[in-house]
Amino acid sequence: MEHNNWKGFKSGTWQDEINVRDFIQQNYKEYKGDAAFLSGATSRTTALMDKVNSLFALERKKGGVLDVDTETVSSLTSYAPGYIDKENELIFGMQTDAPLKRGVNPFGGIRMARQACAAYGYRLSDTVEDEFRFRTTHNDGVFRAYTEEMRLARKSHVITGLPDAYGRGRIIGDYRRVALYGIDHLISEKKKDKAALAEKAFTADNVRLSEELFQQITFLGFLKEMAAMYGFDISEPAANAKEAIQWTYFAYLAAIKEQNGAAMSLGRVSTFLDIYIERDIENGLLTEEGAQELMDDFVMKLRIARHLRTPEYNELFGGDPMWITEAVGGMGEDGRTLVTKNSFRMLNTLYTLGESSEPNLTVLWSASLPENFKKFCAKVSADTDSIQYENDDIMRPHHGDDYAIACCVSAMSVGKQMQFFGARCNLAKLLLIAINGGFDTTSGIHIGPQMPILDGDKLDFNTVMERYNIYIEWLAKLYVNTMNVIHYMHDKYAYEKTQMALHDTEVERLMAFGVAGFSVVADSLSAIKYANVKPVKDELGYITEFKTEGNFPKYGNDDDRVDFIARDLAHKVITELRKTPTYRNAIHTLSVLTITSNVMYGKHTGATPDGRAAGTPFAPGANPMHNREENGALASLNSVAKISYEDCRDGISNTFSITPDALGKTEDERTNNLVSILDGYFAKKAHHINVNVLNRETLIKAYENPEDYPNLTIRVSGYAVNFNKLSREQQREVISRTFHEAL
Amino acid sequence: MIKGRIHSFQSLGTLDGPGVRFVAFFQGCNLRCKCCHNPDTWDMTEGNEYSASEVIEKALRFREYFGNKGGMTLSGGEPLMQSDFACEIFRLAKENNINTCLDTSGSILNDSVKKLLKLTDIVLLDYKYTSDEQYIENVGCERQKVDAFLSYLNEQKIPTVIRQVIIPTLNDNAENIKRLIELKRTNSCIEKIELLPFRKICESKYGNMGIPFPFAHIDTPSKEKMEELNGMIKEP
Repeated sequence: MEHNNWKGFKSGTWQDEINVRDFIQQNYKEYKGDAAFLSGATSRTTALMDKVNSLFALERKKGGVLDVDTETVSSLTSYAPGYIDKENELIFGMQTDAPLKRGVNPFGGIRMARQACAAYGYRLSDTVEDEFRFRTTHNDGVFRAYTEEMRLARKSHVITGLPDAYGRGRIIGDYRRVALYGIDHLISEKKKDKAALAEKAFTADNVRLSEELFQQITFLGFLKEMAAMYGFDISEPAANAKEAIQWTYFAYLAAIKEQNGAAMSLGRVSTFLDIYIERDIENGLLTEEGAQELMDDFVMKLRIARHLRTPEYNELFGGDPMWITEAVGGMGEDGRTLVTKNSFRMLNTLYTLGESSEPNLTVLWSASLPENFKKFCAKVSADTDSIQYENDDIMRPHHGDDYAIACCVSAMSVGKQMQFFGARCNLAKLLLIAINGGFDTTSGIHIGPQMPILDGDKLDFNTVMERYNIYIEWLAKLYVNTMNVIHYMHDKYAYEKTQMALHDTEVERLMAFGVAGFSVVADSLSAIKYANVKPVKDELGYITEFKTEGNFPKYGNDDDRVDFIARDLAHKVITELRKTPTYRNAIHTLSVLTITSNVMYGKHTGATPDGRAAGTPFAPGANPMHNREENGALASLNSVAKISYEDCRDGISNTFSITPDALGKTEDERTNNLVSILDGYFAKKAHHINVNVLNRETLIKAYENPEDYPNLTIRVSGYAVNFNKLSREQQREVISRTFHEAL
Repeated sequence: MIKGRIHSFQSLGTLDGPGVRFVAFFQGCNLRCKCCHNPDTWDMTEGNEYSASEVIEKALRFREYFGNKGGMTLSGGEPLMQSDFACEIFRLAKENNINTCLDTSGSILNDSVKKLLKLTDIVLLDYKYTSDEQYIENVGCERQKVDAFLSYLNEQKIPTVIRQVIIPTLNDNAENIKRLIELKRTNSCIEKIELLPFRKICESKYGNMGIPFPFAHIDTPSKEKMEELNGMIKEP
């Protein structure tokens, strides 16, 4: 197939089938130079960003939500076009009819939508209430099918944060397809798939797929209509860079109008867009300044994306994040780097528009990345605390070279894999339940196999492990079954029509389980093994406290005695999960990632044998417990690097804070040393790291005088937040984390 | 296998030698500098005993982070107090292609130290004062010893960084800096001069040990002062 708008592109199989990767491979130009070519912000960009910044200020002033449209149910075409400043915008499209005005999305659950409105002083309109009165939401479906035990697991918080009342998210549409092929071609390909399906046996699976394809095709039509409302005809492929960005953005915008999933990631668009930019620059249609300006306008749109959430949701996912994750860099399977000039431009938006939590810029790090790019990333990190790094060298073998990151750390091949998101179970609470023979002392709920409470003056390691394994096996089965209910119902009542239309019809599904309290359990088991842990019982005979005497190795010090306990724990959990079949034959994966829910999980967990007091926060993700590291930053990184990515294919999150002084004396030294640290950490086969280069004092000042630090951005757990948007409790936890300092 | 006493390890050292370095702080010191920020490393009987191979095994766990500039640094305390031990560590480091850096006061020079220096890639020489009287008064050692050490480094062409802690009222003056520059001019082994601001975060260590911090009365140098002095040593 040929198209006039493809003039100048090298041909390939991408013309005969939907294959964005092949288009990229045939046409992109790797860039190994430094950042000197970059342009700054134009006066237009700065003026527009000033407007956006004043809207942000107003939003903060109004308690975090600027406005809510309570009358309309969010969908692709349900709002009139919205603008920041129509005359001066380059890329168009708003979620609702005005910037930062939030829409309501009751498909996940009407109660959640109602509560979210109420939390900010609004009332969900009768129109919407009426519309959903006789309609089954995802939430309704789930609770109809939940077993008594599933409800108890949820109520006791041993499994929490499950997407059973909100959109599951973590699905990345291949938004680039709209730019490369235009809507009409995508519709005709889906129609072909549907016709081909008709030849097969109509099993339940194929009937469902047939209905899904119908929905996909319908929503591609809505997407075209939505663009038309803004005056664009996206039936045909994009003809230039501006259109390529606009078409891609429309596709993403449609997804976030339709779905309010927890994480709505962008994918991997920078290098794809570079091909269009390069073609325009070669043809004299665009300058470097113009290219940066287009990217700036695009990113500005991403920065104002919002969803309406409840306070309970914010407890899990603090700071109002969208996880508009964009994966930047990485290497190709043929050994060429996928870094292009537009990878630099994307990161440069942190300078042209100022530091920011969104989009969630994620650098795919490889030992083979060009040195200049590595240094630029390190400099941007030190200057803005806004980017995270993930190990391309361990993900590429599993996902090829056209994968992206959903949310924080979840890799998936773009348009070919999707994920069933599953929050996490609380391993520390589970340990306490095991010790108490099936009783959760925090919630007062009997759950799991009922056994005698462990006896004796001192906890014996082998006895505890034997007991713990029984409960891990029990929980694993319950966890998979619970997830099966949730995702069956999500597909049934809140199917992602736009996003799945931008996937291959036959997709591979991943089911992502997670664990919290990882380092608490590692240290607790180490204490039981290497020190004396005496259980203390309450008046009812349950163990509610521990007296721990003597030293024990602590995770975070590169000590194999405890690090291997941690490593083996992850292995045990995924091994058990794999024993229970998943909905739609999804592949079981596991993450060690907590978002900001480490505070909430800690709150619901009693005292633990490692000496952690009842109710106090866990460390986030796979981080060692705060301030237990005694051998410096690299020893801490080495401990985390021992957790196997093969066991935790959904990611292992580590958040690392270091003071500028500890990184080196001059800016040059700091940049080079940070590159060495990243190279070393990833050579150890570690998976992920958030880098913050800052002093604790800065955070304390921002805690006390938030108005002086309106844009302070920090990485917390797989994403960045505006520090001021965290709850006071979450802020205190962040301040209490380990800061690696100069001696 | 030779053993020695170590105060502690730091897995991420970025201030003691080029690049990212694994630092072993030796226990025991022959000097009692009044500005010392590590009084807990003085006593030769404290710390923990390690064999040289145990130290290298620890360092090797971090080699991926060293890049092309980093490596390991022996600091202290005074590593030259246990020069045979240090020598064995560096011998093993060289066997493993690890860059070696020695942070020392340069107050001991004997055959064992000379053997160690043959295995040393960079020396950080703590050249505390440029006046004989100040050395005697505040270090308790003759400056000539350090000069002899420096001459040996120069003779052996061992790349050296001169480091000096800037202590207000004692050496925060142009005269002192001029003398350091002169030192660099006459000793070609000196690659650069590093001025470190006097800091007082060590006061709690003295408190814990129940001994007075001799320089408790001295203020830390201002940022402006440091910039002014650093400006003098910057290459034109």
